[in-house]
Amino acid sequence: MSEVSQLIEALSVEEVDAIEAEITHLPNRESAAIEAMRIVQEKRGWISDESLRAIARLLGMSTEALDSIATFYNLIFRKPVGRHVLMLCDSVSCYVMGCDKVRTAVCDQLGVEMGETTPDGRFTLLPIVCLGACDRAPVMTIDEELITHLSADSIPDILSGFD
Amino acid sequence: MVTLSTKPLTERVEAVGGVVDMAAYENAGGYEAARQAITKSEPEAVQGLVKDADLRGRGGAGFPTGVKWGFVPKGDAAGPGHKYLVCNADEMEPGTFKDRYLMEMDPHLLIEGMLIAAFAIGADKAYIFLRGEYHESFKQLYSALADASEKGYVGQNVFGSDFSVDLVIHRSGGRYICGEETALLNALEGKRGQPRTKPPFPPASGAWGRPTIVNNVETLCNVPGILKNGVDWFRDLGIGNDSGTKLYGVSGRVKRPGLWELPIGTTIREIIEEHAGGMQDGYKLRGILPGGASTDFLTIEHLDLPMDYGSIQAAGSRMGTGTMILMDDSICPVAISINLQHFFAQESCGFCTPCREGLPWLEQLLIDIEEGRGQPGDLELLDGNAAFIGAPGNTFCLHATGAMEPLLSALRCFREDFEAHIESGGCPYRERGH
Amino acid sequence: MATIVVDGVEFEVDEGQNLLHACLSQGLELPYFCWHPSLGSVGACRQCAVIQYADADDTRGRLTMACMTPAKDGTRISIQTETAKQFRASVIEWLMENHPHDCPVCEEGGECHLQDMTVMTGHTQRRYRGRKRTFENQYLGPFLNHEMNRCITCYRCVRFYNDYAGGTDLQVFGSRDRMYFGRTTDGVLENEFSGNLIEVCPTGVFTDKPFSESYTRKWDLSSAPSICAGCAVGCNTFVSERYGRLKRVHNRYHGELNGYFLCDRGRFGAGFVNSTDRIEHVGERVEDDFFDVLDVEVGIAKLAEMIRQGDVVGIGSPRASLETNVALKTLVGEAQFCTGMSSAEESLVDLIIQTQRATSADIPSLSDVESADAVLILGEDVLNTAPRVALALRQTVRNRALNLAGEAGIPQWQDAGVSSHAQGRLNPLFIASVLPSGIDDIAADLLHDVPLNLADCGFAIAACIGEATGSEPDFVRKAAAALRSAQNPLIVSGTSTRTRAIVEAAGAVVAALESAGKVPRLLLVAPEANSFGSGLIGGGLDMNTALQRVASGSTKTLIVAENDIFRRAERERVEQALCTVENLVVLDSLDTPTASLAGLVFPAATFAESTGTFVNYETRAQRFYCVFEPRHEIAPSWRWLAQAATDAGRDDLGWTHVDDVLEAVAASPNMAGVRAVAPDAGYLGSSLCKTPRETPRFSGRTAMNANVNIHEPKTSVDEETPLSFSMEGLNRDQPSALLPFVWAPGWNSNQSVFKFQQEVGGAAAGGDPGVRLLASGSIGTMPARSASVRSDRGGVDTGFRLIPVQAIFGSDELSSRSPPVVERSSAAFMIFSPMDAERLGATQGMGVSCSVLGATFAVTVDAAMKSGYVGVSVGFTGAEGELPDGLIGLAVDPNYRPTPNPHDRVIARG
Ligand SMILES: Cc1cc2nc3c(=O)[nH]c(=O)nc-3n(C[C@H](O)[C@H](O)[C@H](O)COP(=O)(O)O)c2cc1C
Ligand code: SF4
Ligand code: FES
Repeated sequence: MSEVSQLIEALSVEEVDAIEAEITHLPNRESAAIEAMRIVQEKRGWISDESLRAIARLLGMSTEALDSIATFYNLIFRKPVGRHVLMLCDSVSCYVMGCDKVRTAVCDQLGVEMGETTPDGRFTLLPIVCLGACDRAPVMTIDEELITHLSADSIPDILSGFD
Repeated sequence: MVTLSTKPLTERVEAVGGVVDMAAYENAGGYEAARQAITKSEPEAVQGLVKDADLRGRGGAGFPTGVKWGFVPKGDAAGPGHKYLVCNADEMEPGTFKDRYLMEMDPHLLIEGMLIAAFAIGADKAYIFLRGEYHESFKQLYSALADASEKGYVGQNVFGSDFSVDLVIHRSGGRYICGEETALLNALEGKRGQPRTKPPFPPASGAWGRPTIVNNVETLCNVPGILKNGVDWFRDLGIGNDSGTKLYGVSGRVKRPGLWELPIGTTIREIIEEHAGGMQDGYKLRGILPGGASTDFLTIEHLDLPMDYGSIQAAGSRMGTGTMILMDDSICPVAISINLQHFFAQESCGFCTPCREGLPWLEQLLIDIEEGRGQPGDLELLDGNAAFIGAPGNTFCLHATGAMEPLLSALRCFREDFEAHIESGGCPYRERGH
Repeated sequence: MATIVVDGVEFEVDEGQNLLHACLSQGLELPYFCWHPSLGSVGACRQCAVIQYADADDTRGRLTMACMTPAKDGTRISIQTETAKQFRASVIEWLMENHPHDCPVCEEGGECHLQDMTVMTGHTQRRYRGRKRTFENQYLGPFLNHEMNRCITCYRCVRFYNDYAGGTDLQVFGSRDRMYFGRTTDGVLENEFSGNLIEVCPTGVFTDKPFSESYTRKWDLSSAPSICAGCAVGCNTFVSERYGRLKRVHNRYHGELNGYFLCDRGRFGAGFVNSTDRIEHVGERVEDDFFDVLDVEVGIAKLAEMIRQGDVVGIGSPRASLETNVALKTLVGEAQFCTGMSSAEESLVDLIIQTQRATSADIPSLSDVESADAVLILGEDVLNTAPRVALALRQTVRNRALNLAGEAGIPQWQDAGVSSHAQGRLNPLFIASVLPSGIDDIAADLLHDVPLNLADCGFAIAACIGEATGSEPDFVRKAAAALRSAQNPLIVSGTSTRTRAIVEAAGAVVAALESAGKVPRLLLVAPEANSFGSGLIGGGLDMNTALQRVASGSTKTLIVAENDIFRRAERERVEQALCTVENLVVLDSLDTPTASLAGLVFPAATFAESTGTFVNYETRAQRFYCVFEPRHEIAPSWRWLAQAATDAGRDDLGWTHVDDVLEAVAASPNMAGVRAVAPDAGYLGSSLCKTPRETPRFSGRTAMNANVNIHEPKTSVDEETPLSFSMEGLNRDQPSALLPFVWAPGWNSNQSVFKFQQEVGGAAAGGDPGVRLLASGSIGTMPARSASVRSDRGGVDTGFRLIPVQAIFGSDELSSRSPPVVERSSAAFMIFSPMDAERLGATQGMGVSCSVLGATFAVTVDAAMKSGYVGVSVGFTGAEGELPDGLIGLAVDPNYRPTPNPHDRVIARG
């Protein structure tokens, strides 16, 4: 009983429900590991040790086993991120179209390097592999929004739209 | 006499001028092929059509789809339990943007293709393994799926038949290797996305140890057309030896980067010059990665090759995903190789030694060369390592093989650039102000 | 069989076996890392590359991984081709990019598989110019060091720990070239087999923590073949020493028994040999707890005088060798001899022997256990009483995966393919136990109840195997059906709940299966290394009778050999006897409560300083050899007894060598086979030398005592055994029972073990050591169910019934005096049902005191515990001996402070 309440403390009812719904599509609970972490991350931005433990317990696996999965994937964050996650494509088409200059512009504008979070917690900058919009390169996503045809000049305007 | 479509994958999008919803899709005759097949035909017959049509996998390897379906054990031989169809929608190959287009613009086409494929192999569970960053594709597929379920096209008793199939979208945690079909299966099972050993082959023992077919989005989107318009129509769509149309894409310094559905076997020149509008002013074409980052560079001498499986292979490369990346003369071949190798080193799953330890070393060597720290013998070091890492079978899966294709070919095609870097102790392109 | 061609030479190999296995079995040298004979192939390291040719005309061939390629008739490969050699050197070069060059300070140095493979492939020149990656290390508990920078990502650790041993808290994290093998946070590795990581890891990531605290290179260790003293499985070990101190215990491969793996009790439990509590001199008690050292001759004369006076009772010990037990029995005579087991335990061991005789099948070895396809565990917590059996059972259930793979045409060594296909499907294992156990995760079904009800369940299963009524409980019906439909059903039980009916029920299940035309196997465990030796020797007095006899005053002298009697009977009984008897003589290695009451003590050699024989649960007699000469006056107990008896004028104990004692042992009933266990002391190997305990590179022999005396001492001559205290001679080509350590040219690591096997993973070269003392075949009748008294359960008001609960770290006497085991074990505990705990006002972590046991226990609450009963950690302080019958009052102890848990220590990372 206390276990359930502990769980609820670490995960919201909606999260638990969403994870349980995912499990219904799968032959066993552990198979929902990645989806479960995505669900929690969508709500909280990242997977804390506490979330990790709670999800592991919900899925009936060890925390270590879940962490092993979490740390394999690029899109599962085991460290806190900023309010907005900016993912800048650095793959070959964007490279040909000058993503290096865009990166410099973003870093200069925000005053942090790739992989870092701005001190005010507004942005986390991450490199991302090809976003599948090569015909509109260079591109990036901020949160779920795809932003195309980037240039160093357009960066300040774009960033000002996210607070 | 009806004129049959020449652009079965994109015609509806063009007609609608945007996303094709359920109504538009059905207006254009959508779901008819699936309905006919599922209510009137037999799985073997459907498999036969796809085999005869000579549809080859559009995910990169080009394996004949109907033949692959035929490997799924039938009846009692399959043992008790589910059979699975998995759509590989993990599109992460740099320079590739074709599956995204299909899923965002015409999601019902994929759903219909999957219905038919699931019916053909007897799958009662189907998953779309979707790239995690494809938010728009997720939205479109999600709502299309809701519409299709509401109409009874997926789920229990599809089209009122006794065939049932569950269709579920799984969003990836994000790693290139998860596009490799066995790694994909591990990822789908919620595990670390490391490739699996073969045997067992997925059609015999795949997801959760059950018979599983993995097909690319574009492959599956070709299926409804084949059923609707027939084998001969499909075979005639292609220009050379291959059948059907292909989504070809071009990115890089061309006038009109983009994606076009063209007869398979259209020449590279036609794709670049007619459809992409040729190079931007002031840029000259030097190298072509014909089908994504993991294919060998071709050069301008290959412009007149037809983009089909056999011709590109004969020229020492692969058609891959059919979406080409152009390297113009402002781009340093060493620098672009660093970019490519950085990608492959970062995306290595880390399981086997040559890929895990070899790729970062090669990236490091390339950086040394680019930054003026190259030493005599470095090119031989690159050659030797790349040959060992790149030979199929030397690594656990084909990730490292794919990584070495652009490197080995760059070392071959642009050798003088590499040598110049070492000799001059730096990057001549940077000095030129690029 | 298949004929394969390797570099132009034909070899006959097992068809379908992987080529690496096949090549190594032929003695060919082929480097590898990720493959392990017990873990199979995964193809991660790419080190075992060879060239494979399509046919005789193919001259180019293509590179392939030997471990991932089946041997087929006509397979042609080359190990020696230049491309293959270059590729293998490249693999080392890749691995070496980031591997630290810290061999001089690495505990693995000198026995490192990576070093060996580096030399073998000939990679010598560093061409990588980048920086090396670095990791932080973790605190993993008292057993293991962690040095992640040395990792070469072969995956062996997690494959052993998770897939083989069922652990969950050691995992691989990250990807690409940042792979980390460890835990999410610092902490003790939970799995009971974690120590095997030391031997499984091909480099120095996981090393032996107690060993590294007083470290010696492998080549400077003297080693001897030994038998683990931790439980009745009798795993084969290499025990190593330097400067007269025991340094470490490693696995000694035994094809039928421990294979490649030991449990942590065995590996880390031998530290008591170095204890400061060792008795080192002959002593005479002058006042309470105060002993005077006696001259050896004086001591022996005193004992001789007692013997001469007669009226001697002898109590032997199931933790002492056959030799010592037979010596004492010979000295005092059968009628005056007690085996040293508690009365309850002895009657159970007798029952086990009777039951085993009555079954038609042999007692299963652990490899037999692994080949079972349905298992019932009845009332025994094997993970805590015979841990290596539990590890074998994990493989038993995993065999389902191998069968499924076989049906699907997947080679059995193709480890990842086998498991991805099987998807966790297991052979059926049913566990009926008092409490949840550490192997419940692999059970098809579980039943938790008090011992007598477990016995009922066993009898019900037996009945249901004969004829199902349809009204059986689910567990019974399913277990019966699974056993009945199995090819090789296995029943596991034992003595740990001290319940006769449970063993009888196990016998009944076996009998039912035999009647149903099956050949079931029965594995019954008792707690100690020589419990079965003691059982087979037997004695005229059981413990309670012996103590009564002594307490009645009719006995003048009581000789206790290597036994703490307080662990064998209730305290009062023991105290009465020991305080009444005129002469109490104790021979022991450690100071114990019994020894501290003795009038005369003799310092007994441990297993590491003496040579002797233990009989394991299979009734396999196995020899352990003296690793180093005991310091001071320490000597094997049998020698003290023999000398004193001879002094007293007896002519039947005139033994000077172990071989002499063995002759006497062999003359006892059931013991005929013991001479054949290993060669006599006079045996010389093919090099016409004794087998060396020291390695060929043993260094500093002339200098190692230079701080004491610069003269090089003559190495002592070992007249007792076919082993020598020197480096001359060969460790190879010896009978397997004499193998002192594994080493072969080019193979400095323990991977060289394949050079000492008939084929990789097969029997030890020359046959697996040991001789079974009980012949197979049904002799006598299966014991029937005895009448057992059903007593009412207890309660908070009336007092509780105590049920013994065993712990791998803490219940066993000797290992729980080894410092790392002490650090790993918990405080004495009691397990309550939630209801009883609540009524008692106790919660997890509080203390309850028990006046009868005179101790306080940490409270644990477990929903599986039945109300009215309390599980007690036996062997722990307060519960060392047999638990009292009847209802026992307990009360919350407000002053109880849990001993700070050493596991929670915060240790600086580094
Ligand atoms: C490293 C690697 C990455 C891959 N990524 C993808 C991918 O993103 N999408 C895809 O459809 N196929 C990908 N493939 C190919 C798949 O393994 C598989 O061949 C394909 O999904 C089969 O579908 P098809 O027969 O319809 O082409 C990849 C292969 C490798 C070796
Ligand atoms: S080649 Fe090896 S390390 Fe690279 S992705 Fe494949 S299995 Fe993983
Ligand atoms: S031993 Fe064959 S690949 Fe590792």
